[in-house]
Amino acid sequence: MNNKIIKYVISDLLRNRTVFFYTLVLLALSLSIFFIEGNVDKSIASLLNLVLFVVPLVSIVFSTIYLYNSEEFIALLVSQPLKRQSIWLSIFVGLATAMAAAFLVGVGLPTLIFAYSLSGITLVIGGLLLSLIFVSIAMWTAVRLRDKSKGIGLAIILWLYFALIFDALLLFLLFQFADYPIEKLMVAVSMLNPIDISRILILLEIDLSAMMGYTGAIFRDFFGTGTGMLITGLVMFLWIALPLLFATRFFKRKDL
Amino acid sequence: MQNLFLYFLLNSVFCLLMVAGTTRAATIHVGKHDNSKSINRAIAQAKPGDTILVHGGHYREETIQITKSLTLIGLENPIIDGQQKHEPVAIKADNITFKGFTVKNSSHSALTDVAGIKVYGVKNVSITDNVLDNNFFGIYLQNVKNCHVENNRLRTYGETERLVGNGVHAWKSDSVTILNNEIIGHRDGIYLEFVTHTHVRKNLSQNNLRYGLHFMFSHDNEYHYNIFRSNGAGVAVMYTQRVRMEHNRFEENWGDAAYGLLLKDITDSYIEHNTFVRNTTGIFMEGSNRTLIEQNSFENNGWAIKIFTSCMDNTLRKNSFIQNTFDVATNSGKLNNTFVENYWDKYEGYDLDKNGIGDVPHHPVSLFSMLIERYPAAMLLFRSFMVTLFDRSEKMIPSLTPENLKDDSPLMKPLPIKTEKLSATGNSEVFRRRKGVEE
Repeated sequence: MNNKIIKYVISDLLRNRTVFFYTLVLLALSLSIFFIEGNVDKSIASLLNLVLFVVPLVSIVFSTIYLYNSEEFIALLVSQPLKRQSIWLSIFVGLATAMAAAFLVGVGLPTLIFAYSLSGITLVIGGLLLSLIFVSIAMWTAVRLRDKSKGIGLAIILWLYFALIFDALLLFLLFQFADYPIEKLMVAVSMLNPIDISRILILLEIDLSAMMGYTGAIFRDFFGTGTGMLITGLVMFLWIALPLLFATRFFKRKDL
Repeated sequence: MQNLFLYFLLNSVFCLLMVAGTTRAATIHVGKHDNSKSINRAIAQAKPGDTILVHGGHYREETIQITKSLTLIGLENPIIDGQQKHEPVAIKADNITFKGFTVKNSSHSALTDVAGIKVYGVKNVSITDNVLDNNFFGIYLQNVKNCHVENNRLRTYGETERLVGNGVHAWKSDSVTILNNEIIGHRDGIYLEFVTHTHVRKNLSQNNLRYGLHFMFSHDNEYHYNIFRSNGAGVAVMYTQRVRMEHNRFEENWGDAAYGLLLKDITDSYIEHNTFVRNTTGIFMEGSNRTLIEQNSFENNGWAIKIFTSCMDNTLRKNSFIQNTFDVATNSGKLNNTFVENYWDKYEGYDLDKNGIGDVPHHPVSLFSMLIERYPAAMLLFRSFMVTLFDRSEKMIPSLTPENLKDDSPLMKPLPIKTEKLSATGNSEVFRRRKGVEE
C-alpha cells in the first residue's frame, strides 16, 4: 500500500459533496430518531432499517461511481513505477476509511451518545462492517465491467439482491421446506448475506425475549456462543477480503 | 364476714393453683444445657397448650412428630436435620404454631411426598419464620384448614424436576394464607391443587425448575403482590374458576415453553395491575373464558399475549403494551374477545379531537406474527425489509390477520401504572444471614 495514494484519496473524498451530504443525512436522521423516540431500544430498531438499507446502498453505488470517475487517475498511477496491487489496495483503504468515517459521524456518534448499550454498539459495528463490505464489493464490480452505466446498474442490482431478493428467496425456501428441520440450514444460508448477519446480531440484542423461543434458541445457541461469534466474525471478514482479493487479482491482469 | 374471708381464701388459692399450673405446664425448654435434650421427648412430656422453646443447636432426631396442640418456638436458630434419611417435621394435631427453626436435609422419595414440614389433615396451624434448606418438598399442607404459612425461606438445589419437590405445596385444603415467603430452586414454587379460599401474597418465587406458581382446580383464590422471576416455565394456572390475580410481577421467564402466565381453562377471573417484563410470552391463554384482564403492563416481552381461538368473552381493558416484539398473536382469524382502551406503542393512528383516544382502530396482530405461528423459523427474517413490506401491505389491505381483533378506542398515552415497591432483596438478605449463622 502506498500512503501517498491513501492520503490523496481520503482528502479527495473528504472534499466530495456526496460524502458530505451522506454524512449530514445520516446524522440528521439518527438525531431525529433519538430525539423523537424516548425508548432507546425502539430507536435502535428504527435505526436498524436505516443502517441495513441506506448504508449498503450508498456504500456500493458511491464507490462504484467514484472508481469509474477516477479511471484516468488510476491509469496515470499505473504508468508510474508503482505496484498495481498497492495502487488498488490504497484506493480501497481510502474509500473504506471515508465511508466508515461518514457512518461513524452520522450514526456511530449519536448512537454511542444516546444509546450506549450492547444493542447500540452491535448496531455501530454492524453498520461499519457493512460499509467496508459494500465498498469491497464495489471494487470488484467496478474492475470487472468497463462500461460505467453497466457497472452502476450491476451495483444497484447487487444491492437489491442483498437487501431484498435474498430475503424473499429465504422466505420461499422456508415455506417450501417448513416440514423439515431447517433451522440450522437457515443459519448457514443467512451467512451468505452480510446484511442478514448484521440484522440477526442486532435482533438478538433488541428482541431478546422473543429470540429465547424455540427457534430463537437455535439461533441464539449459534450466535450467542464464543465459537458462533468467532465464525460470524470470520465470515464478515471474508465478505470484506474475498471481493477485494478477486478485484485485486483481476486488476493486476487488467488491460487498461 | 367469716364466709367472705373463706370465699377470699378459696379464691386466692384457686388463683394461685391456676397460675402455678400454667407456669409449670406452659414452657418446656429444649437445649444442650436444659433438662430436655430432644424435641421429640419434650413433645412426649408436654400437654396440649404448652409451649416448647427450643434453643440453638443441631437436632438430629427421628421425625419430629407434633401430635399435640403445642407452640414450638426456635430460639437462636435451632437446626432440625433430617440427615437425608427421614421427614424432619410432621404436624399431626390442630392449633399448632411452629416458628423460628431451620429445617434441612429431608429424605427424597418417589413414593411418598416427603417434605421438610408436612402437615397432615389438621386445622389452625401456623408455620412462620422458618428456613427450609435442601428438602425434597418444602412445606406440604395435606387436607388442612385455616393454616398460615408466613415469612419462610425455602431453598433447594436439585438439578432435575424428578429430584426436587414443590416449595409450598397444598392439596385439598381450604382457607390457607401463604404470605411473604421466598422460594428458590424447587420444582414448583407454590403448588395448589383442590385448594379453595386461599390468599397468596407478597411471595417471591424464583429460579424454580418448573413453575413459579402452579394451581389446578383451586377455585376462589387470590394472588396479590407476588414476584415470579426466572422460573423454568413461568407460571401456569389451570382448570380454575373465580381467581383474582393482582399486582403481581412476572419477570424473565425465558424459553419456548415458558410463559409469564399460562392460563388454561380459567373462567370468571380477574387479572389486574400486573406487570409482565421480559418474558418470552407474557400471557398465554387457552380455553379461558369471561376473564377480565385490566390495567396490566406488558414491557419488553417477545409476545405480550398469545390468545387462542378457544378463548371467548374475555375483556382486555386499559393495558399498556410497550416495546414488545409482538403485542398479540393468535392462531386463527376468528376471535370473540374484546380489546378496548389499551395503549399500544405500535399504534400509528391520530387523535384529532384530542380526547386521548385514537380516532382509528388499532389492529394489534401483525401478519408476521401469524406467519411465525405457522413457521417458527421465519423469526430469522424478522425486521428485514421484506417482512416490513409484508406487514405494511397487510395493514393496507388485511387478508390474513383477524379482521375483528382490533381495539376501537386505543389510548394515545399509557396509563400510569401504580408500582408498589415489592421487597424481595430484603428477604434473601435474611436468608443469607441465617445461612451464615448456621455455618
